[in-house]
Amino acid sequence: MKILAVCGMGIGTSVILKSNAERAAQDLGLDADVEVADIGTARGAAATADVVLTSSELASELGDVGVPVVVIDNFVDGAEIRDKLGKAVDH
Amino acid sequence: MEEPSLSQLLPIEAITTGVRVADWREAIRAAGELLVTTGITTEAYVHQMQEAVEEYGPYIVIAPGLALAHSRPSSAVLRTGLSWTGLAAPVRFGHAHNDPVRLVVGLAAIDHDGHSSALSRLARMLADPARLEALKSASAPEQVRSVITKYEMSTG
Repeated sequence: MKILAVCGMGIGTSVILKSNAERAAQDLGLDADVEVADIGTARGAAATADVVLTSSELASELGDVGVPVVVIDNFVDGAEIRDKLGKAVDH
Repeated sequence: MEEPSLSQLLPIEAITTGVRVADWREAIRAAGELLVTTGITTEAYVHQMQEAVEEYGPYIVIAPGLALAHSRPSSAVLRTGLSWTGLAAPVRFGHAHNDPVRLVVGLAAIDHDGHSSALSRLARMLADPARLEALKSASAPEQVRSVITKYEMSTG
């Protein structure tokens, strides 16, 4: 599966999120690639993704992209990312 | 080319603690000025970091008490690097969950990829709540450096 980590610039926040999301996916036993996108290219990139991870501000800016958008509050909290990612892919 | 380590991207000259600021703009300015004085960026980047928050909101507050101030790669970025500003008193960025901010890490990058392994290491270093607390409450740059160096040595 493909997980997309989205931030405003695609160089900072999303890289941090990608790193911790990779670890979360591993913990969940998911065979996942995590990619990074900035808000400008995220809509296009989301078309080929299974799930999107981002902040609450950017989630509302992103709107409906046809796949689950998971809002992460704490980008360095492995447990939060794992729990929310687990719920999003578990259906 | 091998990517730089966290310690290489964050020299001790780029770390300050106990900085007094009135609001989030001053907090970002403090982190930005360190990028300027250490030759990472020009003054223009300081404004670009503030504009990023105006444009996209306070999402750069990525964890309780921690902001990752940054903007896009641009001509204002001279080389890739980090700065570290510990605040004497926390300030609000307007984030729903992670306010108030006690620590502002400034990031400038010349491209999208060259710094990602150092940032990943930063992410994992900050993912440990006890270590994050030690870093947020550090009262001298040497303390910050020592936590980072110890962490990098432990991970190889």
